[in-house]
Amino acid sequence: MMTDTLRIGQAVGAGLRRAMEDDPKVLLMGEDVGKLGGVFRVTDGLQKDFGEDRVIDTPLAESGILGTAIGLAIRGWRPVCEIQFNGFVYPAFDQIVCQLAKMHYRSQGTVPLPIVVRIPCGGGIGAVEHHSESPEAYFAHTAGLKVVSCSDSNDAYWMIQQAIASQDPVIFFEPLRRYQEKGEVDTSGSLDTAHPLLASKVEREGTDATVVAWGSMTKVAHDAATAAAEDGRSLEVINLRTLSPLDMGPVYESVKKTGRMVVVHEAPSNVGIGAEIAARVTQDCFYSLESPVLRVTGYDTPYPAARLEEDYLPDLDRVLDAVDRTFGY
Amino acid sequence: MVNGDQNRAGPKKKASTRRKKAAPTGDSEMVQLLTADGERVSHPEYDVSLTDQQYRDLYRDMVIVRRLDTEGTALQRQGQLGIWASLQGQEAAQIGSGRALAKQDMVFPTYREHGVLWTRDIDPIMPFGLFRGVDLGGWDSRKYKFQMYTIVIGAQALHATGYAMGVTKDGKVGGDDGEAVIAYFGDGASSQGDVNESFVWANVYNAPVVFFCQNNQYAISEPVIRQSRTPLYKRASGFGFPGVRVDGNDVLASYAVTKHALDNARHGNGPMFIEAYTYRMGAHTTTDDPTRYRESGEVEAWRSKDPIARMRTFLERSTIGDADYFQSIDDEADQHALDLRERVIALPDPVPGAIFENVFSEASPLVEAERAEFTEYHASFEGSGH
Ligand SMILES: Cc1ncc(C[n+]2csc(CCOP(=O)(O)OP(=O)(O)O)c2C)c(N)n1
Repeated sequence: MMTDTLRIGQAVGAGLRRAMEDDPKVLLMGEDVGKLGGVFRVTDGLQKDFGEDRVIDTPLAESGILGTAIGLAIRGWRPVCEIQFNGFVYPAFDQIVCQLAKMHYRSQGTVPLPIVVRIPCGGGIGAVEHHSESPEAYFAHTAGLKVVSCSDSNDAYWMIQQAIASQDPVIFFEPLRRYQEKGEVDTSGSLDTAHPLLASKVEREGTDATVVAWGSMTKVAHDAATAAAEDGRSLEVINLRTLSPLDMGPVYESVKKTGRMVVVHEAPSNVGIGAEIAARVTQDCFYSLESPVLRVTGYDTPYPAARLEEDYLPDLDRVLDAVDRTFGY
Repeated sequence: MVNGDQNRAGPKKKASTRRKKAAPTGDSEMVQLLTADGERVSHPEYDVSLTDQQYRDLYRDMVIVRRLDTEGTALQRQGQLGIWASLQGQEAAQIGSGRALAKQDMVFPTYREHGVLWTRDIDPIMPFGLFRGVDLGGWDSRKYKFQMYTIVIGAQALHATGYAMGVTKDGKVGGDDGEAVIAYFGDGASSQGDVNESFVWANVYNAPVVFFCQNNQYAISEPVIRQSRTPLYKRASGFGFPGVRVDGNDVLASYAVTKHALDNARHGNGPMFIEAYTYRMGAHTTTDDPTRYRESGEVEAWRSKDPIARMRTFLERSTIGDADYFQSIDDEADQHALDLRERVIALPDPVPGAIFENVFSEASPLVEAERAEFTEYHASFEGSGH
């Protein structure tokens, strides 16, 4: 096994590089992705090596980025679009949910759109408004889109390549506040041997309760499991990874084993993905449950000013509290 | 330099008397009344005659907003602000256009319009809550006639246009006391659908709105050539209204052109587009590293066109300001900055439950339930030093 230690942001960049080497039709497009290497430097150095034709600094217009990417894909290119920050994907929303998601269906399968939309997701970096949102539920609600979220370096590296290789449009969320965290990347594998793009993963085994998370919250879930272990409680941690389609198999198995479940996400709870998971688990694992599925989420308010975000974001204590409550029924 | 539908009433031409006696000529590419060397020139269509005091006031405004802006950057570096968007280099565009506004006019800014804000006689601390992260920039924007800062690029151009349509519906156009609206945005924003749609609407409904684009040459790292292959001011003509390029480092020209455009709008003659040709001297924001995408030679070339230095030269040459005067303005600016610094540092953190305030104007059961849950959770840490 050949490994490399990379920050999550660098791992996405390395994955992009490899995808561009493997397939000359892969294009990167977005605001400031060229010379600057993106505001998070994820595309650093790629324009230098692949040229302005393949790493395209676009005009400042998100609807334009997605709309032209669709045209490029119809023409046979494989665009990877960068949305600079989560809160700026909305100007492109119409192109994503009305056009990108539906063209394959409308064309009776004759027009696939192999486009990846990369979106840095979530808060926790003290930014001003519109830079810290978690818009995943909007996209997961739309049929025709695959929605995934990486949360560590190895996944960042492989999932971005798998997303690019996919014939379907993929909304690819990156945990922005974890960009700087380092991890091992197994660079010797291949797209087929890496953990599949659309599969959730049991990352830590446990017997007493299941914690499901994705993106930046997987770290919180792991921290909670470590803390709970000190109190003699064994938590199983599942990294969901794919938000649409959901891969519920490992979740069901886990709940059947532990009987208790907590779902953690940064996005507000109302009509969030946690609600979907809770509903499915209730439906399919009802007789295994010792207590209701609980959610620990952001609140149903606009994302607050930076000095309040620590109160807003789910943290270790809120997760442990919820775990406690699942034992109180 | 005026483009667009020439049959529509544009700004009135001035009498040509001043044109004859003005020996030096400005930059022919754009409206200029003060050359980079501080030479006072005239323009056949746009000119102003100001009193000595008015000249001095424009200078004073620019010096103070630059000083306040420097303080913003310093406060960010010291960890007092999360981020700061500097206006350095753009003082003339902002002060000139801002001072051209009448009291009743409404402003729709981006996040960089600290100079325009100053000209509205608004406490300069107002946007610091946003940049410090204690609030989302909330102030009573209708009272101040200065809307909240807008972070999503270009969104406010449509708001300005709708507001201007409302002004017309209210019958508040057609005379000197009419209301005009001004929308600020950058060269990058000119690519957004919202901005282009606002042009369509403004034209179709003959809205009393002035689009003031500060072309500071960059949208973060992207030079303006990534937004347009033609000069931005020319775009207006395709939408059916006049567009004009003004030297954005020339406070007099910025003032004159904006005043014409606003008067034009308030008299019912519809929208105008102004491209203030200027330069952002510093980083895009304090998180940006401009050395990755621009040459120092370019920055130096623009430094020689500095808006404050050229105004100072003009004041010196015409003996409107002497050394004592300039010193007194610098001192005053320092005082403002000191004041601001103390008050920014003293801005209190919001109380924890503030997350749940003002989600709706009426109570929401969901939000109230979450507030109760949060309060209980928060109370469980009391005394534990959390
Ligand atoms: C819709 C949207 N997309 C992206 C961004 C991120 N962003 C913030 S400022 C900026 C550049 C803006 O350039 P310009 O309009 O020229 O204004 P300037 O900051 O130069 O004054 C970008 C891309 C944003 N705020 N909103």
